[in-house]
Amino acid sequence: MSIGGAEDVLGGLMRGSLDHCVKCTICETFCPVSNVTPLFPGPKYVGPQAERFRVGDEPSPDASLDYCSGCGICTQVCPQGVHIAEINTQARAKMKETNGVPLRDRVLARPTLAGRLGTPVAPLANWTLRNRLLRVAAERLLDLDRRAPMPSFAGRTFQRWTRRHASPPAQRRVAFFHGCGINYYEPRLGEMTVALLEHNGLAVEVPKQDCCGLPLQSNGLFDDARGYVHRLAKRLAPYARGGVDIVATSTSCSLMLKREALEILGMGDDPDLTVVSERVFDICEYLLAMHERGELRTDFRPLSETVTYHAPCQQQGHGIGKPALDLLALVPELRTIELDATCCGIAGTYGLKREKYDIAMKVGAGLFAQIADAAPERAVCDSETCRWQIEHATGVRTVHPVEMLYRASGLG
Amino acid sequence: MSHHDVIVVGAGLAGLTAAVRLAEGGARVLVLARGVGATHLSAGTIDVLGYTSLRRSPVRALAHGDRARVEHPAEALAGVGDGHPYSLVGADAVGAAVEWLKARVAGGSLAPYAYRGDLDENLLLPTALGVPRPSSVVPETMAGGDLRRGAPVLVVGFRGLKDFHPRLLADVLSRSGTAARAAELDLVPEGRADVNSLGYARAFDDPAFRAEVTAQLVARLGAEERVAFPAVLGIADPHRAWAELEERLAHPVFEVPTLPPSVPGMRLFAILREALRQAGGRLILNAAVTGCESEGGRVSKLRVRVGLRDERRACHWVVLATGGFASGGLELDSRWTARETALGLPVAGMPAPGEDRFGPGYLDDHPMARAGVAVGPDLRPEGYDNVLVAGATLAGAEPWREKSGDGISLATGHRAAELVLAEAGSLAAAR
Repeated sequence: MSIGGAEDVLGGLMRGSLDHCVKCTICETFCPVSNVTPLFPGPKYVGPQAERFRVGDEPSPDASLDYCSGCGICTQVCPQGVHIAEINTQARAKMKETNGVPLRDRVLARPTLAGRLGTPVAPLANWTLRNRLLRVAAERLLDLDRRAPMPSFAGRTFQRWTRRHASPPAQRRVAFFHGCGINYYEPRLGEMTVALLEHNGLAVEVPKQDCCGLPLQSNGLFDDARGYVHRLAKRLAPYARGGVDIVATSTSCSLMLKREALEILGMGDDPDLTVVSERVFDICEYLLAMHERGELRTDFRPLSETVTYHAPCQQQGHGIGKPALDLLALVPELRTIELDATCCGIAGTYGLKREKYDIAMKVGAGLFAQIADAAPERAVCDSETCRWQIEHATGVRTVHPVEMLYRASGLG
Repeated sequence: MSHHDVIVVGAGLAGLTAAVRLAEGGARVLVLARGVGATHLSAGTIDVLGYTSLRRSPVRALAHGDRARVEHPAEALAGVGDGHPYSLVGADAVGAAVEWLKARVAGGSLAPYAYRGDLDENLLLPTALGVPRPSSVVPETMAGGDLRRGAPVLVVGFRGLKDFHPRLLADVLSRSGTAARAAELDLVPEGRADVNSLGYARAFDDPAFRAEVTAQLVARLGAEERVAFPAVLGIADPHRAWAELEERLAHPVFEVPTLPPSVPGMRLFAILREALRQAGGRLILNAAVTGCESEGGRVSKLRVRVGLRDERRACHWVVLATGGFASGGLELDSRWTARETALGLPVAGMPAPGEDRFGPGYLDDHPMARAGVAVGPDLRPEGYDNVLVAGATLAGAEPWREKSGDGISLATGHRAAELVLAEAGSLAAAR
């Protein structure tokens, strides 16, 4: 598989794309992090410029790289096709390999570990996460900011629910990649997704699955990340090979399977992954495509309320526009306010870290102010960590677009 | 997969202008672009026609080498050669586009920030090097820099702002007849080590920073002086920053464009993008159009490279505004074959093998310069019924010599939209 397009001589490597950089500074003007803190000098400096000085096994000349949140906006806006965010993620991994990965990052990078430990003892685990003293201790020991938004363990897993649930038979099948967020923290969203897909005439299958490896990739643990991707791709590949589409509610995890594992982890040699990457769709992308084929039920009941919609950075990385807006527009009486702030700041695990919490809150300040101004009944956002950050900062209940469609479909 | 009335390819001035006008006119518009366009790199002014070539133009004006400076663009537009984008759309369409843009800015997301000027006469604005630049329609924050007025200038700079040197600017202005002197302030936003123009623009949005600037300057002004700043006077509310400085300093204040990132260009991008959003248009970045499916001269679907996937996007019309060689809209291979990169349209105006391609001097008349996609007055390339081309992709102009790039992008983008909307009956029917 050629990455970046066979027609592009330099595009065969992410790093090779740096020679396309013409120093136009467009990425710098959009970078949400460098715009709020001098600690990060910006994607152009840290990416295509500094990359030229990172030679072989020599240590990275500049540690500011670690302040990149990995939101990927720089790559999106670059008119020259430079894979700035991908270059930075690769360079950060190399830097961490040299300097060592802190225990905190190793813990944050394994959501399934936390999920498996926390789920059976959810009340205790949730109490721990809410307890001020213990959070102070975690801050001291692990550099996890005591104020950072932590989700609550549901106390049950979505996987367990699926074992007792069977879709009514239907002509078309779809596989659901739900990710860790739904499995351990938001199983209800998983149930709503299944119900919505069934309501629209699809038989939903939920393969056994584990983490997509994204948090490991973000925290520079590439080898471990590859292991997770290999295992997940192996689980999903039979569906893809059988012509069954794979839908996902987590925009960052699905982006990992669509392209990041291929581009950033360089896993083009995994035949399971290449076939899976062609078949993965964001849930809203998928539902809108169904609608355009006339296959989506549009007998929505009115929801007379006002919501805001924020498209997360990783969702924008899909290059599919904002399908959630088109879907929400189908619901009678629902007033959706599109927000134009770029980033909520959390960037997965970035905003949880003690040295980055304030930066993340500053990055998101514009978004939080827009939500406060709109005073919506609910805020709508596709990505789980972004939802938790928005709720934490604004106090406004924040839901996945699926939840709105589920309610408008009269399912609950 | 999805159906849009019009897909606009490119998010620079031409593409955004076409998209906003189309969306306002009721079309379902999707903009696909590799990334953000050249607005961020441009001065934010609309330079319509600053120079004509003496060899080819009947317009009498001030001679600059083999070029003649245009004082009255409306008049000069009538004299551009056949095949030039302006002669295809006509002077009236250029005027209509200019008035449309002024109205969009005045009623836009940064209002009351507005543009001034028209096609009757060119202003002469200083560049950061102090060179006079003819421009027709400019941000209100720049109009005071018109060098046709003789008032002396105090050029204010900031020690922390790279690539803007007030003494150099003042020196060049003085030598060319405008009395000028420089003042450099030692104000650095947030104590940053390295600040670009956007960093200063954010600082100027803050009343406290403006107050500090005012305090340091107010005693240093000469009686008749106007005050030049680098174009960093606010990004969120530039009218307020500029108007407040004029009021507090009690002297005229104007901005001089900087090297990228260009704050006035970013303002223009922000206004147009917000206008597009308000009108219901959609924008997808990091999407490269790499081909199309067509039948009988009509393109039915565009092939779009998104991430690692090739997608198909259906539409009834295409406005191609991908830029020229610098933006990747046109490409030249090692055998001197030029191609248009999105649809593979033929490139006209390439010098034949053996002919000169470039002149010896940087700003010379380069035969290569006019290469581009050739279209008729309906902006359609031969053989395509529903593809219109706008902006720097077009053949027949030398934007950097003529100082016409912004005007061509604006006028052809606007005209392309008007032409599509004129056939709006068929749009509605198709829907």
